[in-house]
Amino acid sequence: MSELIKFKIDGTECMAESGTYIVEAARQNGIYIPTLCNMPGVKPKGACRICTVRINGRLMTSCTTPVTMGMEIESNTEQINELRKSIVELLFVSGNHFCPACEKSGNCELQALGYYYQMMVPRFPYDFPQKGVDASSPYIIKDQNRCIMCKRCIKAIRDDQGRPLFAFRNRGNHLEVVLDEDLGKQMTPELAEAAMNACPVGSILVKEKGFVQPIGQRKFDHKPIGSDVAV
Amino acid sequence: MSKPVIATTSLAGCFGCHMSILDIDERILQLIELVEFNKSPVDDIKTFTKPVDIGIIEGGCCNSENVEVLRSFRKNCKILISLGECAIMGGLPAMRNGIPVEECIEEAYLNGPTVQLNKERILPNDDELPMLLDRVYPCHEIVKIDYFLPGCPPRADLIWEALVALITGNPLKLPYEVVKFD
Amino acid sequence: MENIAKLIAWKYGNDRTRLMDMLIEIQETEGYISKANARELAALLGTSLADIEQTISFYHFLSMKPRGKYSIYLNNSVVANMFGRQAIRDAFEKAAGIRFGEVTPDGLIGLFDTACIGMSDQEPAAIINNKVFTRLTPFRAKEIIRYIREGRSLNELVHEGFGDGKNQDPRLRAMVSSNIRRKGMVLSDNYHYGKVLREKLTVMSPEAVIAEVKHSHLRGRGGAGFPTGFKWEFCRRAKGDKHYVVCNADEGEPGTFKDRVILTEKPELVFEGMTVAGYAIGGDQGILYLRYEYRYMKDYLEGVLQNMRNEGLLGKNICGIEGFNFDIRIQYGAGAYVCGEESALLESLEGKRGEPRDKPPFPVEKGYLDQPTIINNVETFATVVRIIENGGEWFTQFGTDDSTGTKILSISGDCMFPGVYEVNWGFNVADMLDMVGAYDVQAVQVGGPSGTLIGPDEFYRTLGYSDLSTGGSMIIFGKQRNLLRDVVLNFMEFFIDESCGSCSTCRNMPQVMRNKLLKILNGRGVKKDLDELREWGKVLQASRCGLGQTAGNPIISSLKNFPHLYEQLLQKDKDFDQGFDLEASVKAANAYVGRKAVFHHHEH
Repeated sequence: MSELIKFKIDGTECMAESGTYIVEAARQNGIYIPTLCNMPGVKPKGACRICTVRINGRLMTSCTTPVTMGMEIESNTEQINELRKSIVELLFVSGNHFCPACEKSGNCELQALGYYYQMMVPRFPYDFPQKGVDASSPYIIKDQNRCIMCKRCIKAIRDDQGRPLFAFRNRGNHLEVVLDEDLGKQMTPELAEAAMNACPVGSILVKEKGFVQPIGQRKFDHKPIGSDVAV
Repeated sequence: MSKPVIATTSLAGCFGCHMSILDIDERILQLIELVEFNKSPVDDIKTFTKPVDIGIIEGGCCNSENVEVLRSFRKNCKILISLGECAIMGGLPAMRNGIPVEECIEEAYLNGPTVQLNKERILPNDDELPMLLDRVYPCHEIVKIDYFLPGCPPRADLIWEALVALITGNPLKLPYEVVKFD
Repeated sequence: MENIAKLIAWKYGNDRTRLMDMLIEIQETEGYISKANARELAALLGTSLADIEQTISFYHFLSMKPRGKYSIYLNNSVVANMFGRQAIRDAFEKAAGIRFGEVTPDGLIGLFDTACIGMSDQEPAAIINNKVFTRLTPFRAKEIIRYIREGRSLNELVHEGFGDGKNQDPRLRAMVSSNIRRKGMVLSDNYHYGKVLREKLTVMSPEAVIAEVKHSHLRGRGGAGFPTGFKWEFCRRAKGDKHYVVCNADEGEPGTFKDRVILTEKPELVFEGMTVAGYAIGGDQGILYLRYEYRYMKDYLEGVLQNMRNEGLLGKNICGIEGFNFDIRIQYGAGAYVCGEESALLESLEGKRGEPRDKPPFPVEKGYLDQPTIINNVETFATVVRIIENGGEWFTQFGTDDSTGTKILSISGDCMFPGVYEVNWGFNVADMLDMVGAYDVQAVQVGGPSGTLIGPDEFYRTLGYSDLSTGGSMIIFGKQRNLLRDVVLNFMEFFIDESCGSCSTCRNMPQVMRNKLLKILNGRGVKKDLDELREWGKVLQASRCGLGQTAGNPIISSLKNFPHLYEQLLQKDKDFDQGFDLEASVKAANAYVGRKAVFHHHEH
């Protein structure tokens, strides 16, 4: 097994096995670094940039950068927090995130980060892009208005032959995550459930299964995101 | 010293935020001690009768009348607060943003499943009616807004804490559970 | 009809990593990639339809809808606009009877915009079925459409003759001009093809080659400037089953075209450089990643490679060096600026969307097919040959201490003699402007849209890695140009179109900034907007790749160096204006219900 090494986050001495990604190493040391696109068990792709930290003056994503001996990481600083808050706000204005009407409200990680950074109003103008809803699969709804292109479903959801059910389409600000039109019709209820759970926001929903938990009993009603990590 | 004056209005909203103001329950008696209400549905004063310290706006702007009311609030109030998701980001009315306004009108007056009586296919176009905007605008995209209180509706405790902090000049406490977007 | 997808997939061994080749061939054969063909490919390659579609939809020149028997791609770069693109666009639309983005009902002609095609010294230019048409005029546009309708062949459309130099080679016969106006060591006529392989490699160890390159202090010519010798050394030391040499010929930075000229006039020099690199790092496979815009060179470059094989300069035991096997293949892009970023290029080489990779690991450790890979610019490989020929020490006498050697510049815009100039590093901008005959210069864009826009008070600055670093693009703007509307806005649109979209920052922020710029240009700006542009642009620094990190540069850099251009557009009497226009916003609804706008002015 790899060796245990020392490193610092915001001046706090930490230890982890070398090669561990910073975000996980921080977690093991009781330090929460926010993430959206990261998902345990699948290869990270620093897409959302929320977990950005500063190392040696350079901005790096902590979900893709392994800790090394003596590394000094800046995470909970005013500048980094302001950057992360900007990114949360950018994600809010670039989609159509109507929290009051969303089945995922209260369990949504983007919304929870909005709370975490006390976003009262995004500083950027709302874009109100024109987006569609794909309900062609018998099991799920893919609502593009709420998609934040985190790629979690693309990476995590595959059929028994290893074929991805979700994929990107187009590029730049036309980017979308779409459900495969053939495989989407054949997906199992279990895979549909897994897809919904992989989605940090309300973009993938299992049909006929909205608002299961009442307000007050949802994941982020009483405790901020990350409170399971921070000591 | 005279009491601070408050005005409120509901633009393209559901009045839920005003309901939430009333949800401060018995503290409303304290509030009446602290402030004086001017133009507001709460006291049914229809026009500004004096300069106002705090204007509270519920709802975004979906038509020309909303814009005019909002602008008159900006003119007559020292401080403006966007109260609730509709004022802050357009809210549910803004779900029409991204759909051409022509299609919205057709759906509402000609082709919608609930439209049965409009046999002559009349579209409302009287000069007395407000004119529909191309989309629903958050209030701060039209006038300068000083404070934002999110929620659908904002929790009564948030409204209470914010008003007390503004009136007394004390720092605003924001416990995790009072700031919510739903 | 025989299933074309099956045939083409078979040709590439049903290898998922060769998907780009398959898609390009289907696109060229059929004029588009039908859903049936995409579905067939998915089945053959063991993946989903959506997975195939995500690669197709990433690239500008691939399409799932027919693009017309003749697909006309008219360049929309800033220089094309400066030299009359709009009139040509109008002429094409009028003659074809369709708008850009459409195909004629008979399926004959399609009109499309496309980002810089590397012809900034001979704009306006267009690509029609892989043939480049330069120096277009409205007359030519009408004539081209007429000839197409008359059923003339593509070759007959090129009736004006061919460009200079090797463009006249029978395998090339391109209307393109090389416009080489100043030669240095790289473009020098004193190049003896194959000499370095025959006379130098045979007596040098790979380590000695790397030592010589290190000694020369050569730094990457693509723009980033990483020391080439160190890159090669890291790669040689990295463990892997195979080591790869990749030549980055995806020059997509608007205003740059020097790689096109090097590959046209001195392809052997580039391939020889790649072979030297293969020897140095212990690799046996080289890949030239060539942007699709340069597809017209295909037969020519394949011919050059074949000659080299015939002469024993590629293949097995090259020049008698026992065990030194090396060959080169050409891989085409399909229209994506971001693929010039080395890790995005690798993804594209593997048949995927060109999304940059997270680093570490770096390509020298895990590159093409996860094997150690060096990726260098066309000019870097060409330069290496001269270094090995004459020695690293000799090389350091050119240029400056931190920037040794020469730099090949692509100079375009408002000047008498646009073209390719090879100069020693350390050259200053004022001399450059004198050299190309540029008068009354308002600004120079150094290094393309991701670079810097400088004005006359900075023309004393010199080209070099520690001052004005550049991959070679130099665009000159005369006094008559509207920098914000014609240049900065065009560059922002470019970045919006070319972002891969993977990072939240680069996917969204350039658009936010562009909208603010438009607001200012429309006379609705206030001082706060400038502060916000400066502040908001910083978010882009958190992007994964160089494209994302620099995607705000057109605004950030012009705001820094030309603040007065912004300030003079601001409203003096207002400090708040979000750009809302009541009259404009009621227009559509009023028109639809048939009423005039009457505003009830509130009593106050």
